[in-house]
Amino acid sequence: MHPELAFAIEVLIAGLLSGVMYSLVALGFVLIFKASGIFNFAQGAMVLFAALTFVRILEMGVNFWLAIAVALAVMIVLAVVIERVMLRPLIAQPVIILFMATIGLNYFLEGFAQAVWDADVHGLDLGIPDVPWMSLLDSTNILISLFDIWSAVICGVLVLVLAFFFQKGRIGRALRAVADDNQAAMSVGIPLHQIWAIVWAAAGLVALVAGALWGQRLGVQFSISLVALKALPVLILGGFNSIAGAILGGLIIGATEKLAEVYLGPIIGGGIESWSAYFIAMLFLIFRPQGLFGEKIIERV
Amino acid sequence: MLYRETGQFKTTYQRDMAIFPIRQDRWVLIAAVVFAVVGIPFIASQHVIAGYLIPFLIWVIAAIGLNILTGYTGQLSLGHGAFMAVGAYSAYNFASRIPELPIVLVFILAGLVAAIFGVLVGSPSLRIKGFYLAVATLAAQFFVEWVFATFPWFVGGAASMVIDTPKMDIFGYPITSTLDNYYLVLGFVVVMTLLGKNLVRSAIGRSWMAIRDMDVAAEVIGIRPLYAKLSAFAVSSFFGGVAGALYAFCYVKSVDFTAFDLFVSLKVLFMIIIGGMGSILGCFLGAAFIVMLPIILNELAHGIFSGQIPSALISNLEHMIFGGLIIFFLIVEPHGLARLWTTAKEKFRLWPFPH
Repeated sequence: MHPELAFAIEVLIAGLLSGVMYSLVALGFVLIFKASGIFNFAQGAMVLFAALTFVRILEMGVNFWLAIAVALAVMIVLAVVIERVMLRPLIAQPVIILFMATIGLNYFLEGFAQAVWDADVHGLDLGIPDVPWMSLLDSTNILISLFDIWSAVICGVLVLVLAFFFQKGRIGRALRAVADDNQAAMSVGIPLHQIWAIVWAAAGLVALVAGALWGQRLGVQFSISLVALKALPVLILGGFNSIAGAILGGLIIGATEKLAEVYLGPIIGGGIESWSAYFIAMLFLIFRPQGLFGEKIIERV
Repeated sequence: MLYRETGQFKTTYQRDMAIFPIRQDRWVLIAAVVFAVVGIPFIASQHVIAGYLIPFLIWVIAAIGLNILTGYTGQLSLGHGAFMAVGAYSAYNFASRIPELPIVLVFILAGLVAAIFGVLVGSPSLRIKGFYLAVATLAAQFFVEWVFATFPWFVGGAASMVIDTPKMDIFGYPITSTLDNYYLVLGFVVVMTLLGKNLVRSAIGRSWMAIRDMDVAAEVIGIRPLYAKLSAFAVSSFFGGVAGALYAFCYVKSVDFTAFDLFVSLKVLFMIIIGGMGSILGCFLGAAFIVMLPIILNELAHGIFSGQIPSALISNLEHMIFGGLIIFFLIVEPHGLARLWTTAKEKFRLWPFPH
């Protein structure tokens, strides 16, 4: 294959694969927004907290699967505590107050995670080698890391499981009812508090997986919580309340961001990845203010 | 018993529309200003003025700006740091490229540049609403950080990307000492607080509040959303720009692009939430709270543990307490400290015979 074309495809695929990782973080936001209308700014801190918990338990010499189970249990406890302590007293407050509360939670969790564990950089090895896919490299000259492929597969499976969980069964129905209208759901006897705890726990699970995957790449450290900022453009592109939007948005953002970085970056000064994704999302929003799959905003006076 | 409005009759429309209709409020306010001008230099040390009072006053201006946009107009913004950065950098460029400009004019020009930038950032607000808009303002935040980190033109060609603010003087009087800086900032605070207070109780302020309460309804009664929203963005970023310029010139003297990062935007947002959204007094209370909190926490940590715990842990604990307090405040009083003050005032008016 022509080397330049191969390079372009390589960039595109790498972008799509990192886009899957963005979707994963964005999914955490979407789950909570759907169920409670809260824009959870603390998602990044949850990623940090989950990854730190996981890696420190691993470092104590605990078995890999057991460590995952323990970290997951910690995230579930966290979800229950958040619901009890923070969300319950703030019920029926305007959304901006709840949003601010999650910013407070963000600070608290960042401090808490690093006070309980520590602020050093921890290497994390999930047992997936971060090496190029040799047979693809030989046949088509395209360099793609096996780790990227694996993480995309893991994310894909997780998304499918969550989508299934949220569409089918008793809990799925209850979740959709709560997403539709909190008060109506409560009045027909759906336990709102329980549902919120479940949703935050699911967001915790997503944070754990995202934290582990990003953690192997970047090392588990404070900067991992900034991954959440990467997911925000995905969120506005896909719509705050659409799981499909989070996935497709992640792919679009990932691909265009990488392409822009490689082909546009050198022309205008480089290092544009901090805002190019936002720019793409904004351009898109001008034409579709509610995002790709967001519900049409109907305003009544 | 002291705080009583009995006998103060509003006999003219002018007096009914006065900015502080109750005489005691006026007295307290004048006393506060006089104290800030005359008293502070006697009782506060150089260290307190330079380290606490000047930043407090600068944050007040920034908080009034954000409160106009978020508290009065209801447009959630996470990009206030970007407006401050634009103000600081344009003030630097005006002052260093055109040295003849008077320094006060430099600050006002910097505010105007920030206002133009604010209108640009705010222009999608007609179509994009709520959290979508908040994320859009984040875009401005990251874009501005990138611009000032990438293009040396904005820092006068310095390779370090740091701006060192030039010397200031007013009509030939050089502003050098801490006290000079303090008075300059104080002057801006007094003027801009009056400006802000008067704006929000004028026709334009009422149109902002109408947009906040329900924009479709506001449009129906004849308020132009384009004009109201963009003017809110412009005024808000004007305040932000002036605050940023003062921050660079009178407080730190040497800034780079990290001085106005996302944390700064969030900090100003905290100030208006804790102080009270839609309240000018709240900006003062919130700014005081946010400036004092780390200092008090630090003192406490050193006082109680006297340096026995490592500083990393202290900074983590600080984060935890900060976050925890914010949640606590939101649960206990979602309308902020200003609401507590209003409630207290109502109690005072009737005390000691509330029935």
